[in-house]
Parts: sequence; C-alpha cells; structure tokens
Amino acid sequence: MTDISDRQQLSYIAAQAADARVNLELETEGMTLNIGPQHPATHGTLRIVAKLDGEQVIAADPVMGYMHRGYEKLSEVRTYPQVTTLINRIDWLGSFANEVPFILAAEQLMEVEAPPRAQWIRTILFEMSRIANVVLFLGDMAVQVGAVTPVFFAFRDREHILNQIEGATGGRFHPNFDRIGGLKDDLPAGWIAETKQVMKKMRAFCDEIETLVLGNEIFQARTRGIGVIPADVGLSYGLSGANIRGSGVDWDVRRDNPCGLVYDQVDWKVWTHPDGDSFSRFWVRLQETREATNIVDQLLDDIPAGPIMAKVPRIIKVPAGEAYVETENPLGVMGYYVVSKGDLVPYRVKIRSASFNNMSISPWLLKGVYVPDIITILGSLYFILGDIDR
Amino acid sequence: MSLLAELSYWQQTSIRVGAGLVAVILVAGTLVMVHLFKLVSFMQSRLGPMEAGPFGSLQLLAEVGKHLQKEDIVPRKADKFVFAAAPFVVLASTFLLVVVLPGGPDAWFIQNDLGIYLAMAVSSVSVIGILMAGWGSANKYSLLGGLRATGQLIAYELPLILAVVGVVIQAGSMNLQTIVYAQANGEIFGWGGIGNPYVLTQGIAFFLFLTAMQAELTQTPFDMPIAESELVSGYMTEYSGMRFLLFFIAEFATAGVFSAIAAVLFLGGWYIPGIDPDDNIMNVLGPLVMFVKVVGLTFIVFWVRFSFPRFREDQLQRLAWKFLIPLALLNIVVTAIFKVWI
Repeated sequence: MTDISDRQQLSYIAAQAADARVNLELETEGMTLNIGPQHPATHGTLRIVAKLDGEQVIAADPVMGYMHRGYEKLSEVRTYPQVTTLINRIDWLGSFANEVPFILAAEQLMEVEAPPRAQWIRTILFEMSRIANVVLFLGDMAVQVGAVTPVFFAFRDREHILNQIEGATGGRFHPNFDRIGGLKDDLPAGWIAETKQVMKKMRAFCDEIETLVLGNEIFQARTRGIGVIPADVGLSYGLSGANIRGSGVDWDVRRDNPCGLVYDQVDWKVWTHPDGDSFSRFWVRLQETREATNIVDQLLDDIPAGPIMAKVPRIIKVPAGEAYVETENPLGVMGYYVVSKGDLVPYRVKIRSASFNNMSISPWLLKGVYVPDIITILGSLYFILGDIDR
Repeated sequence: MSLLAELSYWQQTSIRVGAGLVAVILVAGTLVMVHLFKLVSFMQSRLGPMEAGPFGSLQLLAEVGKHLQKEDIVPRKADKFVFAAAPFVVLASTFLLVVVLPGGPDAWFIQNDLGIYLAMAVSSVSVIGILMAGWGSANKYSLLGGLRATGQLIAYELPLILAVVGVVIQAGSMNLQTIVYAQANGEIFGWGGIGNPYVLTQGIAFFLFLTAMQAELTQTPFDMPIAESELVSGYMTEYSGMRFLLFFIAEFATAGVFSAIAAVLFLGGWYIPGIDPDDNIMNVLGPLVMFVKVVGLTFIVFWVRFSFPRFREDQLQRLAWKFLIPLALLNIVVTAIFKVWI
C-alpha cells in the first residue's frame, strides 16, 4: 500500500465511505463495494463503485475504460477496407453488424450503391449476427438471476448460427466480409436451405427459453418492477434498441430509416413493451430474436440474382465530405460519423456505440436498489464491454 | 442374535466411527460424481468429465489431487484463526448430523431418544462456521455472503423443525429408529403391505422439509449466500486449496445427510416392504436401501438447483415467514387432531 495510485485509491474510497454515512443519528458507516473490474457479472472489465447501506445501494458509479483500445484513433491511420477489421471487435458477439454502418457511410461518401443481391445478403447476415448476439443474452440473463442451465442451451444453439456465418463468410466471430460496394463473396451452394433449418432451431430455442426462463415465477419475481426506466428518462439518457423499446417507445432504425438495408422488403413487426422494467427488456429481446428469424426466412426466399459487387476502383479513395449512418445493431443504435479529406484513410471516425449510452443510465437506475438487483439491472441493460470502451 | 452385539464396546465404537466416515465421504463423493458431474451435464447438453478414467469416473480423485496441491492462501487482513477454523466447524456439523441416522435394526451409530432433536440442533452449528468464514475473510463479498447465510439459515430452520414435528407427532417418538419401525409396522387403512411411509400422510411436511432443506443447504433457488453472479462465491470467496475442498465436501455431504434424514422421516428409512424389519439381513441391506433413497432425494435437490433462478433476500424471507411457517403450523394442528381423535 505504498504506491501513490493506491493511496489515491484509498482516499477516494474513504471519501466515498464518508459520503455513504446516511443515518446520522446512529452514525452507521456505509460500505463501498467495488463490483469489478474483475467480477463474474460484468462480462469483461466494467467496474461499478457501489456505496452500500446494508444491502441497499446509495449511489453507484460505473467506471469505464479498462478495455479502451482506441479504435477511433487507429482508424485514422488505416485505409477504409482495413478499418472493418478493427470495428469487427467492437461488439464481438455480433461482429458483422458492426461493419455494416461504417461501410454504408463510406458508400454514401463515394456515392456507390451495392447491388440488390449484396444488400439482401447483408441484411440476412446482419440479422443473423443479431440472433447470435441476443441468443447469448437470453441465456446469460438467466445466469445473472441464478439459473445456470439456460446459458448452456444458448451456447449450444448459437453454435448453429455461428456455423452458418462461418459457412458464408469464413469467420465465426469476426467475418470481415463487408466491402465498400458489396460483399467479398457470394453465398456457398446449399447455404440457404441449411440456414432455413437453423432458423427453425432458433425458434425452438426461443420457445425453450420462454418456458424455462420467462415463465418461471422466480424469474418474474426477480425482474418485474426492477429497474424501471420511464420512456422520457430513457430517451433523455440516449437509450436505444430493446432497452428503449422495453419502455414502450416505438423506435426502430431498421423500420424508420433502413438506409441501404432491405427491411422495407419484408413483413415484420417492431415489438415494444409498456412496463420498462428488466422483465420487459428481456421479453422484447426474446420477441425480437423470433422476429429476426422470420426476417431471415423471408429474405432467404427471394434473394435477387445478380452481381455482389458494384463497380468500385481497386484502390479506394473516398472523396472529401462527411457522412453519418446509423443502424439498429443487436445492442441498440450504432452509428459511424466519417469525415473524409479525400485520402486513402478517413480523417476522423466517431463511433456512436449503443452500450456506452445504455450504460450511462446506470447511476440513475441503480440508486436505492438492493445488491442482487444491481446484477439483474445490469444484465437486462445488456452491454458488451467492447461496445462500451471501443 | 446380532453379530454386532457380541463384540466388545471399543470394537463396536470403532466400527461405528469407520462407518460414519464412510457414510459421509462415500455418499458425498457419489453425489458429486453422479449428480454434479454427470447428471447435470446431461441436463445441460454436455458430456461432463470424460478424460480421467473410463467415462471420467476417476475425475473426483483428480479434483481432490488438484485441490491438495494448491496453495493455502490466507488474506493478509484476515482473522487467521477464525479463517482457518471455519471449514472445520462446518464439516464438524455434518459429522455430528450423521450419528443419529440408523442403517438397520442393529446398524446404528447412537441410540438416542432425542435423535431428531439432536440432529436439528447440531445442524445449526454450520451457521457459526459460515459466519466465521464470512467475517474472518476480511472481504466484503464474503461478509455479505456470511450475513445472508446467517439470516437465511435461521429463517429456514423454523419450517424445517416444524415440518419434523408433524412426523414426530404421528410416530410418537423422536428416536429415528423408532420412527422407521413406526413406518415399517404402520398400516394404510388396515392394509400393511408396504407399511406406512409418512410421505403419504405427511405429504405437506415432506414438501416443507425438502424446501427448507434446499435453503439449509444454500442450493438454488436459495443460494443467495453463494450467489456466484453477484457475490463471486459468497463466504467461500477467499478460500483455496484444502480449505475450499473442506467446504466443498461439507456442501455435498450435508446434502447427503439431510436427504438421509428426509428418507428416514418420510420414506421409511432403511426399511423395504417385503422383508421383516427385524431380520438380520436388514443390517446389510438397510444401508444400501438408505443409500438408494438418499441418491433419489438428492436428485431432486440438484434437479431444482440447476433449473431455477434464485430468490432475492427479501423474497426468500417472505417465503419462509409468510408461507412455509404458517403452512407448517397448520400441518401440526391437523396432524394433532388426527392423532388425538383417530
């Protein structure tokens, strides 16, 4: 305990413990609990400094940045095709979805449009990466409230999706498949029929989760009325994705601004839930996974024939200009603001990642809850550390 | 008549001590192997251990060897004596529990007319061990886990004991051996074909006992004290190596012993229908019958453990005080009325 940073740390904790003294008459001293950076529930290196009075949280403060990798800055010294390799690693569970908005922004600047077949396949892979991502949430949320078995089912069934993504792109986790003006390759033979089988399996998985987790009384008792986000508060904190739809806000970028993806070609529904608690966020994600399998099924039926690459120069130089494109990623709205000066490399890339905004509500949300509910709420907000820290 | 009765006192005692060790360690080992490693693995669509021995049957030895090799870490700020003693206190409670269990007409450890009373009393000793571990570790997670465990174990002791009271009223004895005989010689509406296992007449008490047992064992859905997704490992967080192994053994051994008590109270203990309970063969068959019943009951424990989410602390207390205890009291009243009038 001689290190300067340690001493700073101790004084910080002491100051917070002093703040946590709430009951002045009895002079009970609060406790500061460091949840993380290494903790089983933070799936990575998030740290939450929680000031406790008994088991009740007086204040909770998320500390981010333990996994900051500087992708925005690194993008400035990489050519446009190279950037996709980096941004694959932002939300590592649904990697393909990260590439799409960046590529769309670059395409917007270059004024090229991917051929219809490429758009179709892009949308299919986009939805499949959503399923691969959210399936794990459905299992993991059960682990957060104490049921260990569903996550094994989630890993088992996610494997089918990953196999299909690997079959089409060559990469299980980091496909790096999207190109400016189209896609790297066409679909392999027999892939469409196989994927339809996999979608059936995913629907069966959703049914399984619905009976095993969603219908369980203890699960409902643990999640209903816990971590309620009113719609206006959620919007003011910049929440997106299932977190805001779980609060009853009917906002989905896929429907409202599909921009380069073919969501307007299929018949699907945006799910919302009026309650705004942890249960409704889980429910919305479950319904969205089902809806995603339906979207993939419909898209697989009528993929148009044709090329998968538009005419783009071999060495990509993006003309000067600015573009912002956002898409509805598995975790919420993800946007790339790309500024180009007409070089081989982007001048500036700003990444708007969903988890960072979703996490920003946590101090507001965690005030006054019990320690077990911290985990439920964080689990239901569903963040991925790579998406918070980039 | 019986072989055991002809031996001298010290010979009987050493046989009983040896049998007690076997009853705890063997049962605990079997439960870990059969339930934790294999059965749960199949529930979770995986294979479980496959490398050590045929179908991973020697995995348990490998685990024990692994834990024995590990460094015994004591945190710098820990209360060293309390920290070191805690696992032994927990394990001691398990060994004290096992002595009241009968395994056959002559295969018993102690004959005590306060049998079940003694069992309920010594089972509370483990609370002290858990509190010692939570406090002595100098870790906030451990402390929270230890305090949660204390609150929970005290709350669930009550429905556990009240559930037992129903059986005691019906059997008219607190001696577990007498309870077994009462079930073996009992009759269901005049038909004595299978005796009268109290699970039939004391079904509510059986349900209450299993529920409270699950909480006493701190298994899901009552595993708030461990709660690995929030408290890392609760009161066990700072333990490693041998001491962790002791906690681990105590957890499974206690599951086995509590299941054995439930088997004695509700399933007829070592008795099986069709064989005269005073037959000498029951001294050999009895322990096996008990073992089968124990494994069956622990299957329920682990089945529930790996399917359900966990309760929150306040929900758990509410369940105990507002639902289980009134139900147990009602059961006692109904049993007493039947006992007196019928």
